[in-house]
Amino acid sequence: MQFMLLFSRQGKLRLQKWYVPLSDKEKKKITRELVQTVLARKPKMCSFLEWRDLKIVYKRYASLYFCCAIEDQDNELITLEIIHRYVELLDKYFGSVCELDIIFNFEKAYFILDEFLLGGEAQETSKKNVLKAIEQADLLQEDAKDAETPRSVLEEIGLT
Amino acid sequence: MPAVSKGDGMRGLAVFISDIRNCKSKEAEIKRINKELANIRSKFKGDKALDGYSKKKYVCKLLFIFLLGHDIDFGHMEAVNLLSSNKYTEKQIGYLFISVLVNSNSDLIRLINNGIKNDLASRNPTFMNLALHCIANVGSREMAEAFASEIPNILVAGDTMDSVKQSAALCLLRLNRTSADLVPMGEWTARVVHLLNDQHLGVVTAATSLITTLAQKSPDDFKTSISLAVARLSRIVTSASIDLQDYTYYFVAAPWLSVKLLRLLQCYPPPEDAALRSRLTECLETILNKAQEPPKSKKVQHSNAKNAVLFEAISLIIHHDSEPTLLVRACNQLGQFLQHRETNLRYLALESMCTLASSEFSHETVKTHIETVINALKTERDVSVRQRAVDLLYAMCDRSNAKQIVAEMLSYLETADYSIREEIVLKVAILAEKYAVDYTWYVDTILNLIRIAGDYVSEEVWYRVIQIVINRDDVQGYAAKTVFEALQAPACHENLVKVGGYILGEFGNLIAGDSRSSPLVQFNLLHSKFHLCSVPTRALLLSAYIKFINLFPEVKATIQDVLRSDSQLRNADVELQQRAVEYLRLSCIASTDILATVLEEMPPFPERESSILAKLKRKKGPGHLPDIDDARRNVNGSTEPSENTEATKKGSTHPFTDLLNLNSTPPSGASLLVDVFSDISTAAPAEVCEENFPRFVCKNNGVIYENQLLQIGLKSEYRQNLGRIYVFYGNKTSTQFLSFSSSVTSSDTLKAQLNVHAKTVDPIIEGGAQVQQILNIECVSDFTDAPVLNIQFRYGGTLQNIGVKLPVMLNKFFQPTEMLSQDFFQRWKQLGAPQQEVQKIFKARHPMDTDVTKAKILGFGVALLDGVDPNPANFVGAGVIHTKNTQVGCLLRLEPNTQAQMYRLTLRTSRDSVSQRLCDLLSEQF
Repeated sequence: MQFMLLFSRQGKLRLQKWYVPLSDKEKKKITRELVQTVLARKPKMCSFLEWRDLKIVYKRYASLYFCCAIEDQDNELITLEIIHRYVELLDKYFGSVCELDIIFNFEKAYFILDEFLLGGEAQETSKKNVLKAIEQADLLQEDAKDAETPRSVLEEIGLT
Repeated sequence: MPAVSKGDGMRGLAVFISDIRNCKSKEAEIKRINKELANIRSKFKGDKALDGYSKKKYVCKLLFIFLLGHDIDFGHMEAVNLLSSNKYTEKQIGYLFISVLVNSNSDLIRLINNGIKNDLASRNPTFMNLALHCIANVGSREMAEAFASEIPNILVAGDTMDSVKQSAALCLLRLNRTSADLVPMGEWTARVVHLLNDQHLGVVTAATSLITTLAQKSPDDFKTSISLAVARLSRIVTSASIDLQDYTYYFVAAPWLSVKLLRLLQCYPPPEDAALRSRLTECLETILNKAQEPPKSKKVQHSNAKNAVLFEAISLIIHHDSEPTLLVRACNQLGQFLQHRETNLRYLALESMCTLASSEFSHETVKTHIETVINALKTERDVSVRQRAVDLLYAMCDRSNAKQIVAEMLSYLETADYSIREEIVLKVAILAEKYAVDYTWYVDTILNLIRIAGDYVSEEVWYRVIQIVINRDDVQGYAAKTVFEALQAPACHENLVKVGGYILGEFGNLIAGDSRSSPLVQFNLLHSKFHLCSVPTRALLLSAYIKFINLFPEVKATIQDVLRSDSQLRNADVELQQRAVEYLRLSCIASTDILATVLEEMPPFPERESSILAKLKRKKGPGHLPDIDDARRNVNGSTEPSENTEATKKGSTHPFTDLLNLNSTPPSGASLLVDVFSDISTAAPAEVCEENFPRFVCKNNGVIYENQLLQIGLKSEYRQNLGRIYVFYGNKTSTQFLSFSSSVTSSDTLKAQLNVHAKTVDPIIEGGAQVQQILNIECVSDFTDAPVLNIQFRYGGTLQNIGVKLPVMLNKFFQPTEMLSQDFFQRWKQLGAPQQEVQKIFKARHPMDTDVTKAKILGFGVALLDGVDPNPANFVGAGVIHTKNTQVGCLLRLEPNTQAQMYRLTLRTSRDSVSQRLCDLLSEQF
């Protein structure tokens, strides 16, 4: 996979992940072009299209479009299910995910994606395992907070 | 704000995001962002040290602003600081910022790499994963340099956690894609292959991707993965759907892993081992069988995952192209999908069938679906599906169904989307040419193309129809009649005027017997279009008119009147004016004989790959165009390509061959015709490379030219006045060079002095291969110029043009002459006339080493005479230049002055031109 874009029906980019080195200018150009192309397509049309020398696989979930660019040899249908699995992961993590979750917790959306896909390839396809990794990370930050609180109490009473 | 905010939410960030969302206008948003940027900047610059949380929050805000599409030029340092935090979330945000915003901030790279290094060494799996994710996301060369050698160790170490192995595998994959040269191969590669056996399916999934990438680059090193992949695949496809627990996706066992394993196997030919091969065949059959089973779920995810594996299996079957039963089964399965209610499946079936059409085993089966595909072309509502249908029709076309397919494409063209018209035009043009049995059909088809979609008919297409009509005399009369009729239409496309003008100019005489198409009628018809046409078309019409004057003396006066009119003779366009003036003069002063010679019918065009095909390939990219049988390519050609190079040259000296070349600057020399009909964009005239020329003065072998694609090496031998050069052309790429040709040209002066005969070379050079060409050379008399080696070939659709100055110099025809001291001085005196001696004093450009100098003089071709010169530091040489007409004796003396780092070179020969040339050549060598 070369890149993945999430954008809204209004054409606002919500998440971008690039697996090939491109300049910011080129990224913006690609985004603009693709958002326009995909939004112009009608609902019943097929989920694949040729674009430059890449294949675009996209799917709409509620107000969000998920759009992946893959190479000639890559498998369209499995990419479609990569999108779906990612949506499931977001859904499970946020609890019935909506666009706002991704706007306000964009960093989480990136973290989940990194656990699922790396270098443009599926790293871990088990939903359980991905969520376990993310939850462990969340726990780590809870721990960190817990560890922090008593220390500051100690600081307050001048015991350090 | 959403109710759920897991982890520790950053309140300030949420408020800021809300603010941005509430902005009513772009201006308001920019204002709010600038305010925030100012705030963050002051916080970062402030005296008070920020705590980790604030730093994280601000870095996160900057990231948000960047992702909105604004530029961020600070905060990198703070993000890097976060890497060394021992709090996970801070570290995580730091890494995210760097992954998204990494740029060539080279002073930070070291710090970033340092942070990564610490985390990799931490033995804390979550930290290690963060670091590996960052490397994989950035994938820069600097990171590859720093970590590419370390990650393999992490990957294969026995005590590495599964999740870290997964990250490490894909991290290596990314580095291997971006900087393969930095990833060391070694003992670890063997152990990576064994990860295919790992118990953890996530590890297998990640490792399979890595192995596939590595195997694509060096298949031999990863051959052992074949049997492991087959075994793994077999276990998956035969497992009950629940066996794989969480790796089962909507009742499909490990679809991602299956697809990846099938993909890995596509790096290799079918397994040689019979047992392994039959096990793989079993797997593929099982997958095909499952497609026929009733679905286990109505969910689209189930059928998508199942079919993803099926399509990948079909890809592997097509790739192997060796099991007729499997190919036919695959084809039938796709045939079912052609009528499926899911648009996605219809699309993919059409796409996949395109490749099946090129297999000899399944071509016929694919053809049975022609009606369904034609129907798809007519009824599909989605243009991208219709496009696939066009591609498939193109791929399944052969002589048996060409007329039907071309007719369907033509009728579709009338309503086709603008976006795909040009491509359909190209395809129709190619099919019509390739499968033309009678050329009247071909001419009709192309004229129809111009009528239906004139705007989309590119130059290549109408050039090609003219080429073909000119090369085939059986179709010329029909073509003239047809264009004449087509031009009768009140509104016809300018491309038709071009074709009509050209063809009537050449072959109008073939229909002039009929009073309805008498010369005057023909001329009036063409001229009625003249004023509506663009300048290039008008220029072409003017050329047609002068050809008419030759064909039909009875309309000469009428045409001269037209040429004489102010709108022509004083036309503001210089090209039109020049043509009008020249043609008018030509028609006035030239005798009929001269006119007939000058305006003779065009000679046949050399056969070559259709420029239309090249254009289509460029348009679609090399991978997208199913190859429709190159063996059948030469439809209209009977001559062999090698003989045609000669034809090109002969043709190009013909004064009026530039009828189609409407540029005002005439292109030069032999490449004229090639230029006219080949890719206009790429056929830049080659500059002659003479960079390595001087190196060959004193030696005969070596590399004369090299660029990224091609290396040219020479081996030469000379005897008397004859020489032979073996030229070696090495293809440095992995792709074929097509239409390869190389010839030697000489200036007019040189042609009389030096004969060069080049043997023909094979028109195809395979990737990585070397081809040899022999040049035979005869020196007729002494000479100064050097011949030029012209190389042309097609690489990836573009025409390459290279010119190299061939190192054939006068001194190559030396025969060394040994003589005694007294003989030398006697002859030296005999050659004492002032014009016979040439002397040059010059500065040394290389270290003054006696042995090197001796070697160079010997390499120059003369005998080195010891003990002749009273000063032992000087060099004296003698030799005879052999030419066919004469022999020229030659004496030389080189006096080094080591103190001044200077040389004095003196040459005496019986011919002044020889003395001068030899002195020029040799003095450059020291």
